[in-house]
Amino acid sequence: MILRVFLKRWVSMFGLIIIMMTVVAAIFAPLLTPYHPYKTDLPNALLNPSWEHILGTDSLGRDSLTRIIYGSQTALLVGLLATGLAASIGITMGLVAGYFSGIVNMLIMRFVDTLMAFPLILLSLVLAVLLGGGLQNVMIAVGIGLSVTYARVMCGIVLGVKENDYILAEKAMGASNLRIMLRHILANCFPPIIVLITMNMGAAIMIEAALSYLGVGIEPPGAAWGAMVTDGYRYLLTNPVLALAPGIAIMLVVFAFNMVGDGLRDALDPRLRGLL
Amino acid sequence: MTTYIIRRIIQLVIVLILVTLLVFFVMRLLPGDPLTIYIIQHDIDQLSPELEANLRHKFGLDKSPAMQYIDWVSGIFRGDLGHSVEYNESVTALMAERIPVTLHLGLLSFAISSVLGTLAGLLAAIRRNGVLDTVVTSLSNIGICTPHFWLGILMIYVFSLKLGWLPTQGYTSPFDDFWLSTRQLVMPVFILSAWSMAFVSRQARSSMLEVTRQDYIRTAWSKGLRERVVIMRHILKNGLIPVITVMGIQFSRIIGGMVVLEVVFNIPGVGRLMVSSVFGQDYQLVQAGVLIVAVAVVLTNLLVDISYGWIDPKIRYN
Repeated sequence: MILRVFLKRWVSMFGLIIIMMTVVAAIFAPLLTPYHPYKTDLPNALLNPSWEHILGTDSLGRDSLTRIIYGSQTALLVGLLATGLAASIGITMGLVAGYFSGIVNMLIMRFVDTLMAFPLILLSLVLAVLLGGGLQNVMIAVGIGLSVTYARVMCGIVLGVKENDYILAEKAMGASNLRIMLRHILANCFPPIIVLITMNMGAAIMIEAALSYLGVGIEPPGAAWGAMVTDGYRYLLTNPVLALAPGIAIMLVVFAFNMVGDGLRDALDPRLRGLL
Repeated sequence: MTTYIIRRIIQLVIVLILVTLLVFFVMRLLPGDPLTIYIIQHDIDQLSPELEANLRHKFGLDKSPAMQYIDWVSGIFRGDLGHSVEYNESVTALMAERIPVTLHLGLLSFAISSVLGTLAGLLAAIRRNGVLDTVVTSLSNIGICTPHFWLGILMIYVFSLKLGWLPTQGYTSPFDDFWLSTRQLVMPVFILSAWSMAFVSRQARSSMLEVTRQDYIRTAWSKGLRERVVIMRHILKNGLIPVITVMGIQFSRIIGGMVVLEVVFNIPGVGRLMVSSVFGQDYQLVQAGVLIVAVAVVLTNLLVDISYGWIDPKIRYN
């Protein structure tokens, strides 16, 4: 059924193809390009686009396209792990808050409100630097920042789901709270979570790009799209491709995840339209 | 209405207290001693234990964390946000210079995107599947996934370097030189409002579409009301609540966007100051900046909540 909705919406299909291509590019990066992403080659620095170097070379003589391909590893890794972390923290918070109403709910949701008071990019920037920088801390920071959405959405859904008679029946049979939460409530919250995770992949990649543009994240020889924009900026007048090409990669991938998310939402549960 | 507002304000106070606690104690995770930075920056060669103790005392670092927190909060009420180790200046003075800049750009973008975004979404919804709808939907889908730092650089390349129409960067107060100020504002404000419009119009479109399907809209049409009345009084007013929610979130997004764009366009606002203070580990400054931003966001949310109650009487009595 999901496939049918997808086939009808060419944009979502297009998004899915972009994501698959990015994943393939990230995994088989060494096979796709004859150049090394980190080795400096100063005689060939700042070459204009040509047949050998389709997007030219950067200030250290590294092939720009190769670095964009390797950059997809960074983007996908951060996207996947940050989203995974956000989902696990957020879902737990939302599940607990929604299931045990009263004081627990109040405490968790006020904490969520507090986190929501900080703009996402600022929160991730401050947290990532506080934790000591580096890619791993960027993932943790972005994960914490994104988790609040899950908590809010989950809490809302759980409040509705737990009123169902089958939950009452489970309780009457003496099931433990943990069992009810995991087996019955969580299972019923599946569709919105899948949609949220897909869309958050795009958001996480976008924030990672902004953070690496500002200079937090992967260490110098490594390739990240945001940092490539910063590096290329100095040569904007002579080699605009250097700064502009990685941005297109960010756009395409984020667009792809958003469109697949949209498609999934319509396929799984069109009622979520206003919510997510 | 009054009870409703009072209840919201109590919630706001709780969140504000949590915000200060969170900001203060998270900042204590910072690696390294803030004093070390001060010492490096001021080229103090011989650090005698007395001097260190004196400095520690001067910055209040010799007290317990709880006492430091109380000092900090009571300082805020006296308008004293602390002392920047990096700039060697009072944080209040630093912020006072930069807040107007950020507010100027931020509020302008916020106003533009709220009005135009709602309008675009409304038009797209009432002419569903029309040309305008396709344009609005596609543009907002593209807008949401365009990184603003990249769009900034693209615009600098096209409009400043190639065409030479606009200055590449900087900020001038409109009171000093209105024309230059406007020319410098065009790109950052365009990017912020276009990006924010993408979110607002998306939400406006879907919530207006939801409303057009309601029975009372059919009734309004069948009563023979004019199109303008149906749209303005019935569709717009009922569809506005979710849009206002998004506007509230948009305010926080715009401030977040400013952090990056102030760096791209070299604008001396709160955002750029935050970035440099985060990297400079100037933690009283980071602390104050994050707090100011959070307070602004929380206050906007209060306004959003109050406007809900004002637009929709059902909410007041819940």
